[in-house]
Amino acid sequence: MTGSQTYRLPDGRWQKAEIVFWLLPIVVYFVASDYLLLASQIFIVGLFALSLDLILGYAGIVSLGHAAFFGVGAYTAGLLASHGWGEPLSGLLLGGIVAALVGWVASFMVVRGRDLTQLMVTLGIGLMLFEAANKAAFITGGVDGLSGMAMDKVLGIFEFDLYGKVAYWYSLAVLFVVFLVVRRTVYSPFGLGLRGLHYGPKRMPAIGASVYRRQVVVFTVGAGVAGIAGALLAQTTQFVGLDSLSFHRSAELMIMLVLGGTGRLYGGLVGAAIFMVAQNYLADLNPVYWQFWIGLLLVLVVMFAHGGVLGGLAALRQRRTKEATK
Amino acid sequence: MRNIRLRSSGLWAVLATLATLMVPATVVAAEPVKIGLILPMSGPFASTGKEIESAVRVYQKTHGDSVAGRKVEIILRDDGGTQPDVTKRLAQELVTKDHVQVIAGFGLTPLAMASAPIATQAKVPMVVMAAATSIIPTKSPYIVRTGFTLPQVTAPLADWAVAHKELKIRSVITMVTDYGPGIDAEKTFVSRFTAGGGKVVESLRAPLQNPDFAPFLQRIKDAKPDAVFIFVPSGVGTAVMKQFAERGLDKAGIRLIATGDLTDDNEMENIGAAAQGVVTSFHYSAAHDSPENKAYVAEMAKLGVRANFHSVGGYDGMHVIYEALKKTGGDSNGDKLLAAMKGLSWLSVRGPVTLDAETRDMIQTVYIRRVANVKGVWSNVEFDKVEKFKDPGVQ
Repeated sequence: MTGSQTYRLPDGRWQKAEIVFWLLPIVVYFVASDYLLLASQIFIVGLFALSLDLILGYAGIVSLGHAAFFGVGAYTAGLLASHGWGEPLSGLLLGGIVAALVGWVASFMVVRGRDLTQLMVTLGIGLMLFEAANKAAFITGGVDGLSGMAMDKVLGIFEFDLYGKVAYWYSLAVLFVVFLVVRRTVYSPFGLGLRGLHYGPKRMPAIGASVYRRQVVVFTVGAGVAGIAGALLAQTTQFVGLDSLSFHRSAELMIMLVLGGTGRLYGGLVGAAIFMVAQNYLADLNPVYWQFWIGLLLVLVVMFAHGGVLGGLAALRQRRTKEATK
Repeated sequence: MRNIRLRSSGLWAVLATLATLMVPATVVAAEPVKIGLILPMSGPFASTGKEIESAVRVYQKTHGDSVAGRKVEIILRDDGGTQPDVTKRLAQELVTKDHVQVIAGFGLTPLAMASAPIATQAKVPMVVMAAATSIIPTKSPYIVRTGFTLPQVTAPLADWAVAHKELKIRSVITMVTDYGPGIDAEKTFVSRFTAGGGKVVESLRAPLQNPDFAPFLQRIKDAKPDAVFIFVPSGVGTAVMKQFAERGLDKAGIRLIATGDLTDDNEMENIGAAAQGVVTSFHYSAAHDSPENKAYVAEMAKLGVRANFHSVGGYDGMHVIYEALKKTGGDSNGDKLLAAMKGLSWLSVRGPVTLDAETRDMIQTVYIRRVANVKGVWSNVEFDKVEKFKDPGVQ
C-alpha cells in the first residue's frame, strides 16, 4: 500500500519467477527425499494459507477462526473414510463442498461488520465449532481424535506409503490445481473487484458494485479452499484431531501469511514454507527453546520487511531498478 | 635404513594385530540401538515432557548407555503437545529417516492415537509412556504402555469408598474435565460406586480449556453430598484445591476424593496445606517407601525435577526397552523386541509391576493415599493398596 505502488490491470501471464517456483518441488523430491513428509505438510498448510490470503489479502476480511473450515473439511473427509468411503478425490471434493456450505452460512454473519467485529465473529464461530466437535464425541471421537480411516489408492493406482512419496505428489498436485483456479479468479475482473473492496469499500457501491455479495462469494470460496486443505491433511495423515478446529491453528496461519506477505498469492506458500522449515530446523537443534527463535524471526520480518518476506523482496527489487534508471 | 624399515614394519604388525583384536568390539558398538522419543517439550504440556525426558536421562545414567553390547541412542523430538499430525509426522520421520528401532513418549491420547498406524506399518514397538485413555493399545499390536489408565486408578477408589462404611460416603457428586480420560474416569466411578450400593447424585463436567471451577464447586456445596469425586488433568490441581478451600467445601463436611492427578507430586509444593487429608488413588507417589524409589527421587532431584507419575512412565518405558534388548541378546528386530517386552515382570520404583502379555498394559498396585506433611514436604502418603490390579476398561 506504499505510494509508489502502481495499480495495473490484471496481468494473468506467467512470469519466469513463478515457473521456477513451481519447478522447486520437483528438485526437492530428488534432493531432499528425507523431508517428503515435512514438504507435503508445507503444501497443505500453504494451501490453507492461500485460502486465508484470498479473503484477508484480497477482500480484506479479517478472520481469526479460519481453522473452522479447515476442520470441517478434515472431519468430512475423515468421517467418509472411516465409514467406508475411502476414495480420496471424491472425499477431497466433498470436504471442500461441505466447508464451502458452512462458510456460506457463516459469511452472512461475518460480512456485516468491519475489522474488529469480523475478528470477533470469526473467532466465535471457530470456538463454537471446536466445542461442538468436542461434545459430539460419538461422531468425531472428541479429544481422542478420529482414527481408523482406511484410504483407497489415489486414482486406484498409488497407495499411500510409509515414506510419504504418494502423499507428496498427491498434495502437490492438489495444491497446484487449486492454485491455478485461485490465480485465475484473482486475475479476473471479479478479483479486481475484490481489491477494490479492500482499498475503497465506500467507493465500490458508487460504481454500482455490491460489496456485500462479493464478500459473501469470496468468503464461501475461501472456506471451500480451506476445507480442501483440511481434507488433504486428514487423508494424508489418516487422522483428524480436535486441534484441526483450534484457535491455535487459525492464529498460526495468520502468522505464516503475514510472514510471507498478504495479497500476493505466493505469500501464504512462502510463509508456510519458511515458518515450518524454521520450526523444524530450530526444534531439531533444541527441542525446548526453539519458540524463542521463531518469535525473533517474526519480529525482525515485521520490523524490517514491510509486507512480509515477499513485500520486502519486492521493495528491494524496486529500489534496485530505481537506482539503475538514475 | 634397513633397520628403520624393519622396525616400522614390526610396528605395523603390532598395530594390525591390535586392529584385528578390536574388530569384533567395534562391529557391535558401531550399530547403536536408536530410540525415537517424541514428547511435548514446549507448549501447555511441557511439564510432562520435562518429567519424562529427565527420567530417561536418569535411567541411562544409572543403568549405563549400552545394553547387551549395543549402545542406546535417544533421539528427542518436540511435538508441542497439541497437533497430532505433527506427532505422526515426527514418528514417521524417525522411522524412515533416522531408522529408529523403537518409538516412545507420547504425552496425550490424540498424539498416541495418530501415531499408532506408523508402528503397525513399520513394525516397530511403540512405548506409550504417558497418554492414559483406556483404548490406546487396541489401536496397534505394536503398542505397549508403561503408564496407567484412568479406569485402572479410579475403580479401586470407588471400591474403597464403598467398602469403608465408617466413613459414611453414601452420596457422591462427580466432577471431571470434559475429555477422553475424564469421561473414562466418570463412567468407571459411577458404575463401580453404584454397583457397590452407593448413590451418585450428579455428574458434572468442566471444560478442558480455561476452566473456572467456582460455579461447579458452588453447586456441589449447595447439594451437600457426602463426598465429591474429582478428576482433572495434572497441572490444574492447584486451582481446584485453592478454590475448594476458599469456598469452604471442606468446612461444610464434604469429603474430597480424587485420582492422583489432582495432587500431582510435581504440584504439591504449590498446593500445600489446602489439600491436607485429601484421599486419592494412584499407581505412584514420590513418597512411596522403597529403597529403589528413594534413589530414583534423589537422582531426579539432581536434575531439578520432583519425580511424578509421568516420569515413572518414562523410567519404566526405558526399563522395558533395556530388558527386551537383554532378552533378545541385542537383536533390535521389532517383532522380537515386542515379543520380549510382553509379560515382563520387575520391581519398579512404583512397586511390583507386570506388562500384561495380552493387553500390553501395566498390571500394577494401585495405592490409596492421603495428603500429609512429611518432614516439611507435602506428600501423598500411601495407606492402603490393591495389588496386581489390571485395567478394568470402561464399563
